[in-house]
Amino acid sequence: MTRTLRLDGVDRSFGDRQVLRNVSFEVSAGRMTGFVGANGAGKTTTMRIILGVLAPDAGEVSWGGTTLTRQDRRRFGYMPEERGLYPKMTTREQVTYLGRLHGLDAAAARRSTDVLLDRVGLGERGDDLLETLSLGNQQRAQIAAALVHDPEVLVLDEPFSGLDPLAVDTVVAVLRERAAAGAPVLFSSHQLDVVERLCDDLVIIGDGVIRAAGSRQQLRDSYTVPRFELVVEHDAGWVRDHPGVTVVELDGARVIFDLPAGTDEQPVLQAALARGPVRAFRPVSPSLTEIFREVTQ
Amino acid sequence: MNVTQATRLVAEREIRVKLRDRTFLFGTLFFLLIAAAGTILPPLFSGGPSTVAVTESLAAPLRAAGLEVRVVPDDRAAEQAVRDDDVDAAVVAGPAVLAMDDAPDDVVRALSSQPTVRLLDPDAVDPVVAFLVPFVFAFVFFLTSQTFGVQIAQSVIEEKQTRIVEILVAAVPVRALLAGKVLAGAILAFAQIALIAVVAVIGLQMGDSGGLLTLLAPAIGWFVPFFLVGFVLLAAMWAAAGALANRQEDIAAVSTPVQLAVMLPFFAVIFLNDNATAMRVLSYLPFSSPTAMPLRLFTGDAAAWEPVVSLVILLLAAGAFLLAGARVYEGSLLRTNGRTSLRTAWRERETIG
Repeated sequence: MTRTLRLDGVDRSFGDRQVLRNVSFEVSAGRMTGFVGANGAGKTTTMRIILGVLAPDAGEVSWGGTTLTRQDRRRFGYMPEERGLYPKMTTREQVTYLGRLHGLDAAAARRSTDVLLDRVGLGERGDDLLETLSLGNQQRAQIAAALVHDPEVLVLDEPFSGLDPLAVDTVVAVLRERAAAGAPVLFSSHQLDVVERLCDDLVIIGDGVIRAAGSRQQLRDSYTVPRFELVVEHDAGWVRDHPGVTVVELDGARVIFDLPAGTDEQPVLQAALARGPVRAFRPVSPSLTEIFREVTQ
Repeated sequence: MNVTQATRLVAEREIRVKLRDRTFLFGTLFFLLIAAAGTILPPLFSGGPSTVAVTESLAAPLRAAGLEVRVVPDDRAAEQAVRDDDVDAAVVAGPAVLAMDDAPDDVVRALSSQPTVRLLDPDAVDPVVAFLVPFVFAFVFFLTSQTFGVQIAQSVIEEKQTRIVEILVAAVPVRALLAGKVLAGAILAFAQIALIAVVAVIGLQMGDSGGLLTLLAPAIGWFVPFFLVGFVLLAAMWAAAGALANRQEDIAAVSTPVQLAVMLPFFAVIFLNDNATAMRVLSYLPFSSPTAMPLRLFTGDAAAWEPVVSLVILLLAAGAFLLAGARVYEGSLLRTNGRTSLRTAWRERETIG
């Protein structure tokens, strides 16, 4: 089943401040979509609108081609940015409760809770009151709470913030499982390196406007000029004078330079070989941070 | 899953958590002890019939009156028995009654000839009871709606403060959250009162004050529906007040209007309960009718149709407050930065999808 979660022309204001302008993008089934933007860019508002916690002023959210209903949303898994569960309930009890609120019957909710708590490494602490767990373990409980009803779509606001590296790995594995099973997964993060490592698709938002959206590779291809790294035996300063070259960084024998789009890079290599041994010559992919800087400027 | 099922799940959780709360359990136990003590102990302390020292010639009427008679050889011995504190009183030739510092009414009655008493208003209630009963009704309603109301507000704030509310709102309609909390509060409050009532009734019978029970029965019968509807009205206010707050510390500030709505009728009923006009008005006003109307029924001042009309008014008011409470609740539940003003919550509610 390939179903797509789609936002179409979503606007939202709080008082006089317009937070989202004509926001449109897709989250495809089976893909991890990273949602990136500076603080206050509109990530959380967008996610709240997807979950129906907030209503859009204009535009709509659709799932598999039809406008989302509350019944659809009950089968979504949501992890809000601001975390929280009931402090005076045990993890097992509240994850089961949330499963039931999402429509599972009592037995199914219990079963699913047991499996998930083991999966996130909380099997043995499941009957402790939540408030007695460490913050890291509370985060794990939060993830179990978002997944207990085996959601068809996952929307996670900053799922990795506050997690220790081990927990990050657990969460990543669980999310990948869900994506592999065909669920669209949308997660926001301001840790661009994590997003870069994880996502298949990327949506970049700035000041409430979608600045870029597409697969990671597509974005790399379309948002940067060709950039290369050259390492020679001695000083590489001559590259500055090569026609068309813009030097980005020069450090003795190592140079990073841009060429205008569409220019052949081989003449630079030939020029280098003519001067002596070449230790390395390779295209440099822009990092997500660079793309991000470029599109949000 | 529809709103009803969601409401039930929410109510179930509230009740389950409450039943594990030690403060709640000890509080209930405390009330039960008071109810038992208040009904069983007073008859025990009144000490039963007096003991009387008397010579055999005067003993017959005292025995007939059910007093505990101790026969002594002469009047001197009778007087001595009183002085030694062996008996409460003595009857000597005359006949005269001797006692240390407190005239023994039952002994005096046994020796007097009493005129026939014909009551023209046989329903009229013993003045002591007439003073106590309004107090008990008003107090039960005041205390219960206060205790459980605060708990409803606290539970709303807890969900807001821990931010779990966002997950809840994404999963179930906001109305179901509100309804579940009000329902759970009403069930717990009613169960607690019923338990206390059962203990009190058993106590009254053990303490041989069963007559009072017959008098109270119709008032209690009406008190139940009035209590439940009145509770729902206040619970809606408490839930809305809780949603306006952002931290448990805010609760006092946001709940002032609700506190007044509970407190003013309480004092009005306590202080004006012998003013017929005031009580008639109070028995129709939504906030005071849960206590004032059963009282007027108890004292026999209300016609049969009056509680029905008053209950309908209360029902309408509760419905209106539920709707208004739901609107404020929806409008403020997701505002987690600072206290929300009532005006903001009412006007600029988030239209939740």
